[in-house]
Amino acid sequence: MSAATGGALELVVDVPERDVRVELAVAPGETVALLGPNGAGKSTVLAVAAGLLRTGASRVVLDGQELTGATFVPPHRRRVALLAQEPLLFPHLDVLENVAFGPRSAGAGRAAARDRARHWLAELRVAELAGRRPAAISGGQAQRVAVARALAAEPGLLLLDEPMAALDVAVTPALRQTLARVLADRSVLVVTHDVLDALLLADRVVVLEGGRVTEQGRAADVLARPRSGFAASFAGLNLVAGTWRDGAVVGPGARLHGTVGDDAPAEGGEAVAVFRPSAVAVHDEPPGGSPRNALPVTVTEVEPLGDRVRVRAGELSADVTPHSAAALDLVPGSRVVFTVKATEVAVHAR
Amino acid sequence: MSGTTDTTTGGRPGVPSWLLAPAALGAAFVLLPLVAVVARVDWTDFGSLVTSEASRAALSLSLRTSLVSTLLCLLLGVPMAVVLARLRFPGQGVLRALVLLPLVLPPVVGGIALLYTFGRRGLLGETLEVLGVQVAFSTAAVVLAQTFVSLPFLVVSLEGSLRSGSERYEVVAATLGAGPTTVFRRVTLPLVLPGLFSGTVLAFARALGEFGATVTFAGSLQGTTRTLPLEIYLRRESDVDAAVALSLVLVVVAVVVIGVARPGRAAS
Repeated sequence: MSAATGGALELVVDVPERDVRVELAVAPGETVALLGPNGAGKSTVLAVAAGLLRTGASRVVLDGQELTGATFVPPHRRRVALLAQEPLLFPHLDVLENVAFGPRSAGAGRAAARDRARHWLAELRVAELAGRRPAAISGGQAQRVAVARALAAEPGLLLLDEPMAALDVAVTPALRQTLARVLADRSVLVVTHDVLDALLLADRVVVLEGGRVTEQGRAADVLARPRSGFAASFAGLNLVAGTWRDGAVVGPGARLHGTVGDDAPAEGGEAVAVFRPSAVAVHDEPPGGSPRNALPVTVTEVEPLGDRVRVRAGELSADVTPHSAAALDLVPGSRVVFTVKATEVAVHAR
Repeated sequence: MSGTTDTTTGGRPGVPSWLLAPAALGAAFVLLPLVAVVARVDWTDFGSLVTSEASRAALSLSLRTSLVSTLLCLLLGVPMAVVLARLRFPGQGVLRALVLLPLVLPPVVGGIALLYTFGRRGLLGETLEVLGVQVAFSTAAVVLAQTFVSLPFLVVSLEGSLRSGSERYEVVAATLGAGPTTVFRRVTLPLVLPGLFSGTVLAFARALGEFGATVTFAGSLQGTTRTLPLEIYLRRESDVDAAVALSLVLVVVAVVVIGVARPGRAAS
């Protein structure tokens, strides 16, 4: 099998009744992760790309071929495969016939289709399951078979809708590695809730909030320097958005000094300050004469996190030792001050 | 069959013990008449009674017409069930209700309705007559009557199966490049096969037992329109032993049908 198998995708999703308006592109061979809270419109984007949802103003172009508009191309003629949370293997066919289904539908002979199916089962490391019924294999195995089945159809674009969300956490790391290998050089749009998926599978991430793209960029950049609240919480970071004034990000009830990177905000322009929960210290009252940034907050949640305690105050979090959590008598409702050194705060233009 | 769990009324919160008596009474009410038929059968002459010329003619006619009408039910009912289960169109609810009407309509009324549709003076009768086709009081009328009353059984059974989750597999199949015909043949039909099977068997059984619509629309001519239920009804006056023997034949058929197409068996 040749390596590079991906089409270029141009997508305009416009579904007014769901308040979704998204434009995005996938370059040939690129994997794009679609992130966002529930109800942000991620599944709508996939449904439009697959041709399962048809709306007047949406536009899908794959490899220069217009799939929408006057000459609407139905799902089975798009070469767009969709893999859902659940494997949905056809229960009446054995594993080999499941994977051979795509090639058979494309007109391949029985023997040729089975050869192709065996190839992809081997690629997904599940060749030994060929003769089994879907009911007789585990969830992780079934999802591998489902990936093999999707790839055997030789799609120009592969859509993955939270492919590992329904699986046992014990099997996801191995499947993620396999996916990273077989998805390289393919055009893929993957919806995920997992930061590792975004980092290890995706070349680029697109963040969707409220039916709009709020942020996009290289996966590592977005996660290291998020500009949207969702991307920050997704990456496990604190984010304060505000206006850049006098060398500080001024937000509601907060004024943060920090380290400005290459993308320095303009005076009076929108800016974000990003910092790790572990860089935050918690105090009873503002420490006097300290160069630290101080944020008066009300604790909303206190929960154990490994050998630390995570203290949440609305959108912000601080990781402290159990000892200091006990010393400060932290409970939801406690009024405290979060402090963070300016050197720990990264400031970006938004 | 039963597991180790105690399923008698013992500790069942929703089954008060006073409920058992009427339940047993109901079961007896259904089973006792069957026992009565078996008890009344004249076993010494059973063979000759069932194989008399009139009996064989009726039995053979019943089997042939029921098979043809079952086939018609499949040809018309499968597309109907798919359309009702998968498509969305205005008036769908009303259409579904009307299609199921023969389930509750008295068969004799169905026969009258068919007569005024296909009969000589019926809606389509004149057109058919011009074409040289006379339907009423022919074997074709028997098939039409049976199809009319049996079709809803197949449609209901199959539509239920189609709605129980096979649609997601159809979507997957389409994104794998399978066109609608391939999806229907390789995914939809295999997944609903149990429902299709039980629906077909139920439709066949309903056709075999059809009486009211048949006698109204097709009459009772030996060898042409006199099916087994009609034969039993006629013999009841003149030859009770034969009527009872033929009844037993239909009881056995019914028991076999229930055995192979038990409602709910497909689900387990």
